Amino acid sequence: MNLDNVMSVHDFKRKVKNYFMIGLICLSALVAIFPLISVFVFVLQKGLPSLSWDFFTQLPAPVGETGGGMAQSILGSFYLIAVASLIGVPWGIASAIYITEYGYGKTVFLLRFSNDLLMGVPSIVMGLFVYSFVVAPMKGFSWLAGSLALGLIMIPIVSRSTEEILKTVPSHIREAGLALGIPRYKVILHIILKGSWGAILTGIILSVARISGETAPLLFTAFNNQYWSHSLTQPVSSLPVQIYTYAISPFEEWQAQAWSGALVLILFIFVINIAVRLLFHKK
Amino acid sequence: MIRRGDLNFSDKIFYWVLKSLAFGIIGLLVVLFILLLKMSWPIFSKIGLSFYFLNEWNPVTEEFGAMAFIYGTIATALLALVLSLPISLGSALLVTELANLHVRRVLGFLIEMLAAIPSIVYGLWGLFVVVPFLRTDVQPFLGDYLGFLPLFKGPPIGVGLMAGGIVLAIMITPTIATICREIFLTIPKVYKEGALALGATRWEMIQLSVIRSSLSGILGASILGLARALGETMAVTMVIGNRAQISSSLFSPAQTMASLLANEYAEASSEIHMASLTAIGFGLLLVSLIVNSLARIIIWRVGRIYRRSK
Amino acid sequence: MKYFISLCALVLFLSSNVTAAIQSINGAGATFPYPLYSKWFSEYNKQFPDVRINYQSIGSGAGIKQFVSKTVDFGASDAPMKDDELAQAGAPVLHVPTTLGAVVVSYNLPGVTTELKFTPEVVAGIFLGQISKWNDAKIKQLNPQINLPDLYITPVYRSDGSGTTAVFTDYLSKVSVEWKKSVGEGKAVKWPAGLGGKGNEGVTGMIKQTPGSVGYVEQVYALTNKLPIGSIKNAAGQFVFPSLEAVTAAADSSLKNMPADFRVSITNAAGAKSYPISAFTYILVYKKSETPAAKNVKEFLKWSMGKGQDYAKSLSYAPLPKSLAQKILKSVNEIQTK
Repeated sequence: MNLDNVMSVHDFKRKVKNYFMIGLICLSALVAIFPLISVFVFVLQKGLPSLSWDFFTQLPAPVGETGGGMAQSILGSFYLIAVASLIGVPWGIASAIYITEYGYGKTVFLLRFSNDLLMGVPSIVMGLFVYSFVVAPMKGFSWLAGSLALGLIMIPIVSRSTEEILKTVPSHIREAGLALGIPRYKVILHIILKGSWGAILTGIILSVARISGETAPLLFTAFNNQYWSHSLTQPVSSLPVQIYTYAISPFEEWQAQAWSGALVLILFIFVINIAVRLLFHKK
Repeated sequence: MIRRGDLNFSDKIFYWVLKSLAFGIIGLLVVLFILLLKMSWPIFSKIGLSFYFLNEWNPVTEEFGAMAFIYGTIATALLALVLSLPISLGSALLVTELANLHVRRVLGFLIEMLAAIPSIVYGLWGLFVVVPFLRTDVQPFLGDYLGFLPLFKGPPIGVGLMAGGIVLAIMITPTIATICREIFLTIPKVYKEGALALGATRWEMIQLSVIRSSLSGILGASILGLARALGETMAVTMVIGNRAQISSSLFSPAQTMASLLANEYAEASSEIHMASLTAIGFGLLLVSLIVNSLARIIIWRVGRIYRRSK
Repeated sequence: MKYFISLCALVLFLSSNVTAAIQSINGAGATFPYPLYSKWFSEYNKQFPDVRINYQSIGSGAGIKQFVSKTVDFGASDAPMKDDELAQAGAPVLHVPTTLGAVVVSYNLPGVTTELKFTPEVVAGIFLGQISKWNDAKIKQLNPQINLPDLYITPVYRSDGSGTTAVFTDYLSKVSVEWKKSVGEGKAVKWPAGLGGKGNEGVTGMIKQTPGSVGYVEQVYALTNKLPIGSIKNAAGQFVFPSLEAVTAAADSSLKNMPADFRVSITNAAGAKSYPISAFTYILVYKKSETPAAKNVKEFLKWSMGKGQDYAKSLSYAPLPKSLAQKILKSVNEIQTK
């Protein structure tokens, strides 16, 4: 009798502890998600009121005057991303193909490892590098410099996602192509790459979403511009840098625009993420 | 495997282009490393590595040392890790051990979205939401009840180590949670089922079969989260208070290596100031390379062990 | 592959589409005159639509650095370049004073919206961290009728290299021996207390956000944000509020000994009406330049000495004294461009 009692008290304690810890686990997940909701609510609440047609079509107004928009920054961000993709995408895909199709043994490990290391380089350091490598020698902040910084950040992301996909291509497809006497590069480009192009593209699009919010590497490469800029050798504005400039300012209309900019930026990123998931899940 | 001799001419070109681009990544890292080292040479040749241990940043007398920024970086990153680790572990456990498929999908998606929000947006939110909240509610409360601890001394101004740590904690949570989830998924099902069959409660099963057997993986995930926190720039810059000082209080403003670079890199005109800033960039690069390698090796080994045991 | 080629084509199309007629000029530097400059460049663009002047207010320190590295077409700074900086530039530099402004001591004190009085000793004491509470006897003594709260003082300073800082610390070094000894003067100094904000914008933002804070900013930043401004005891012993007249008075008192290169400090100026922390702000250009932008910069500078001065007052900057503007115009005309 006595013993039974002790056992059940012990069991009871275990059960309570079990529920308590499970409760804590659930709570921690809620805590993890809370900032997402808070960010989203605040960005919507503070960004929506000053989001107007002007925001997408007008250049910034001088200090103290109302109105104006971030049109040049939005366009600038697209420019920067476009040229960054020209650098980051081919390089990343090439590296992934080499690793999966030609690499063996220690080389694979070494290349993957350096890819991971490049991914770990802080983006501000990338900005520093491009400043001293491109901006200072070329005597000018430029679209090209900004895109180079973003492109270098893109390489390991694209390479990693492409590699994951190429790994899943069954080897009999390669062998079949080669057995037909097709040159290897054609097998890779026309059969392997084409076959998994959809999935690779998904990775590329996600990497675009990732770099579209980068600010630190642009501060002293692409710089900023309050006018339209269509030249590779001129400074160009970007949405994140403009948000930063406006966010730390004391002017209320600028702060409001910073929130609107943030809203546009995260909507862009969320839409890409969700769209990619929907498309991917259908397959 | 096809030997090089079997390739025709176009194949050879294709092969060499790919090879040079793939190895170009290593080249890029080497160039990055050498260029930064070369540019920071003036300060190293002047005071050597003691640069990193000197607590002085005085542009007037041109005396530069990085200790205060290293302190700020480590303090915010550690605070972030302490706050983020339990939350990340909990979320990962919920996903792998407790939730049904539906909850799992939604939670996984939300955590991915959390990772997708750019640093600048976290900075904006931190500056206008977190900082005022800390200043008016959290810090006065902590100061009143725990003010005897050196951690919570000083006037509640909102910006500072605490704000930086909190924003960073949010930003590294997805990193740690995602890797922990992947590690938990590699644990063979028999371990868990065995524990349950022996009469363990769900929590005891989690404790014994999941957490205990993936400790080194959790360590790897934490180090990777730490690496992410070290290099994070914009969000921290906006809430850290930009002050080169070493203070034990979480309320006090500080400066991290990355936020110092964002603030001062464009303007250092004297050679020694420029070299000092680049040396900080170099230190940041070196530390993130080391920390990342460490984390990767740990996680990679964990993965291998389980793959073998399966 | 197709995507890739079309993207290449798009980029080529866009970058070749540059309308050759439009002249882009890039400038960077001081945040102190930014409200005026942004107005100027916007108006100038309206009058001359084919000239676009992109100005980024990244601080005087960065302005000088980028000017010396020749990554921008002109620099801007409130602190004149030092001799070693001029040596780095490698070519003769012209300092063009563009306007006059006041560095004001502004604060955020719940319940206090009126003007506080400060002596140089109190300002130095606050920024040295020696006066740490608002109800300190030294502040109370100067402002007996104001109910000062028992609140920590949080000094806010510039985290970036700044001409505003240079002006402010130059002033403090002149009036406080201790400041000169322990902190000194420069675009960036080692602050004994407080927290940092980036640019005049960032400092103002921090003051606005933080109760109990006090900072130094260009006047227009405090005014447009409706922050209270303190009056300061000048060299003649008078408490002076930073009005346009007080700034002009400070400039006038130094006109006699204006050097030929315009590099002058007018802090702690003599005269009963002078505001003691006044300053010229400068645009920096090379006296001889081959770049295509230089000619347009020169034209703009001429405009700024004439028509441009009319915009100053509405943004609370003091227009340059007429005689000085004439003198500067002469120097601007001597700039050699291609």
